[in-house]
Amino acid sequence: MTLVLTNRFNTKDSHTLKVFEESGGYLSIEKIFKMKPEEVTEEVKKSNIRGRGGAGFPAGVKWGFIPKGTGKPVYLAVNSDESEPGTFKDRHLLEKDPHQLIEGIIICSYAIGCHQAYIYIRGEFDLPYRRIQAAVDEAYANKILGKNIFGKGYDLDVVVHRGAGAYICGEETALLESIEGKRGNPRIKPPFPAVVGLFGCPTIINNVETISALPFIINKGADAYKKWGTEKSTGTKLFSVSGHVNKPGVYEVPMGYPLKDFLKNECGGISGTGTLKAVIVGGSSVPVMTAAEAYSVNLDYESLAEKGTMLGSGGMIVMDDSVDMLWALTNLAHFYAHESCGQCTPCREGTGWIGKILERFLREGGTQQDLDLLNELCDSMQGKTICVLADALAMPVQSFIKKFPEDFKRHFKKAAKSAA
Amino acid sequence: MSFQFTPDNKSRLDDLVKKYPNKQAALLPALWMAQRQNGYLSLEVQEHIANELGISPVHVHGVVTFYTMFKQKPVGRFHLQLCRTLSCALCGCEHIVAHLKEKYKLKEGEITPDGRFSLELVECLASCGTGPMMQVNEAYFEGLTIEKVDLLMQKLMKE
Ligand SMILES: Cc1cc2nc3c(=O)[nH]c(=O)nc-3n(C[C@H](O)[C@H](O)[C@H](O)COP(=O)(O)O)c2cc1C
Ligand code: SF4
Ligand code: FES
Repeated sequence: MTLVLTNRFNTKDSHTLKVFEESGGYLSIEKIFKMKPEEVTEEVKKSNIRGRGGAGFPAGVKWGFIPKGTGKPVYLAVNSDESEPGTFKDRHLLEKDPHQLIEGIIICSYAIGCHQAYIYIRGEFDLPYRRIQAAVDEAYANKILGKNIFGKGYDLDVVVHRGAGAYICGEETALLESIEGKRGNPRIKPPFPAVVGLFGCPTIINNVETISALPFIINKGADAYKKWGTEKSTGTKLFSVSGHVNKPGVYEVPMGYPLKDFLKNECGGISGTGTLKAVIVGGSSVPVMTAAEAYSVNLDYESLAEKGTMLGSGGMIVMDDSVDMLWALTNLAHFYAHESCGQCTPCREGTGWIGKILERFLREGGTQQDLDLLNELCDSMQGKTICVLADALAMPVQSFIKKFPEDFKRHFKKAAKSAA
Repeated sequence: MSFQFTPDNKSRLDDLVKKYPNKQAALLPALWMAQRQNGYLSLEVQEHIANELGISPVHVHGVVTFYTMFKQKPVGRFHLQLCRTLSCALCGCEHIVAHLKEKYKLKEGEITPDGRFSLELVECLASCGTGPMMQVNEAYFEGLTIEKVDLLMQKLMKE
């Protein structure tokens, strides 16, 4: 089956320019240089592709926010920070098809008028870094990047910028700070990066998967892209699946695919005890689903929203019925407490306190008051901070408590148990 | 003895700076280069980089302390970074941690007396589908079992 993003994944040496070009790589370049930049943006708008990094903002619409005629340079920053627990899809795009990403970067750059793009890649990534850097070098050597690319009179430089271990640098404005050589503290919005971004200039930030889908959209057209998926959630999506499934890994499926079929057909069914308990569908920051919810949901923005959760990054964590949800939540709270940048008091203190309360709950037992306090803490964190990292812990906490109350009550202290 | 970039690294730094509209933006790559050359980022190294890039040492220090991969103290020759986050925990990463601590006498945040190993528990490394996993210096080792860890450790002890 020909899909959008993963077609070369099983080809030997798919990361090399030779294999890429032999399989239709860089074909869209001829096409875009015959179009006006606005026409490229229009085609992407028409495809209705939404950002694959987590927030799901329509890509073409975002590009349209770049102000015209400011005289300032326009930048593109490709988000390869991929640090959301459960997410490991961009890594495969970088390792197995780096030229597809570069082709996408050229398309986006041309559309927004950018001559300098940065690929921000998490510091831990070694092979993905070497692959994308080698592909960039190869592209320069073949006049695919640099001055007068493809002899079309357009200049485009691409720099791969390595992070150094900080989840928060995946947040788009923290990422910009990090490229500028600063601590990764998110910026207050507005102004939005499309207006005041990198080095004070208009900037587009897009996820690796979003950019990697552009060659298909330009080559085959927005209509071909929309043949995949549902009316509102168009195209395909990568899901990286981990936890209790027989075949964890990265799968590309059309939007709207029933999760039940996905778990059975692609993931080879539930492993461990064989009975599903919970699914976190879009990376650790989205609300958890019960087995019943998971078995009746489709993998698209709308269907997941109906169940009170989000598609997010597509980082899917599957848990069988042996998992103690208090234990799982405590593990995640530790992550957010560790990764809070500390600028906002509700986030810095809130994530820390949630972590401490949960750890004590797990170690010594807890009470109904503890649960109330946790919920209260979450209420006082959400929507009150510079970025949404605070919400990214509050949502799991509230959903875990609401959907798996038994797993918390089991840990009530004896006195609290008899009172309950 | 004061820290200096090797001539190779110095010329690489000069190239790097050209890739950004201002010198400060070359700070992260410069710190990476220095850490690779020196093993860790002492205050002296930080000051040298501040001078090279024409920024304040305080700014450099603030950046070094923000990012977990920048080290102000030496780590072992083989720095074991084991993922502790949920997906790996669901695959039993705590057994691997316990094994490393018991059999190889590794302690979190410490270097073995011979300087060969150090252990750090880290957050998700985007290998969740192949957990438990750890990063040793740069390389990823995935789908770990006790047996695989023993084989790897034996190899590293001979290197
Ligand atoms: C705490 C936090 C971490 C994030 N981490 C990532 C990340 O690792 N990769 C990513 O692409 N987007 C991440 N995002 C989302 C980005 O801020 C941004 O929305 C995205 O890169 C935009 O690209 P897209 O529209 O193509 O998805 C994160 C957001 C937050 C609040
Ligand atoms: S919400 Fe948390 S991570 Fe985001 S800016 Fe505030 S303190 Fe930093
Ligand atoms: S949870 Fe361990 S690599 Fe993601």
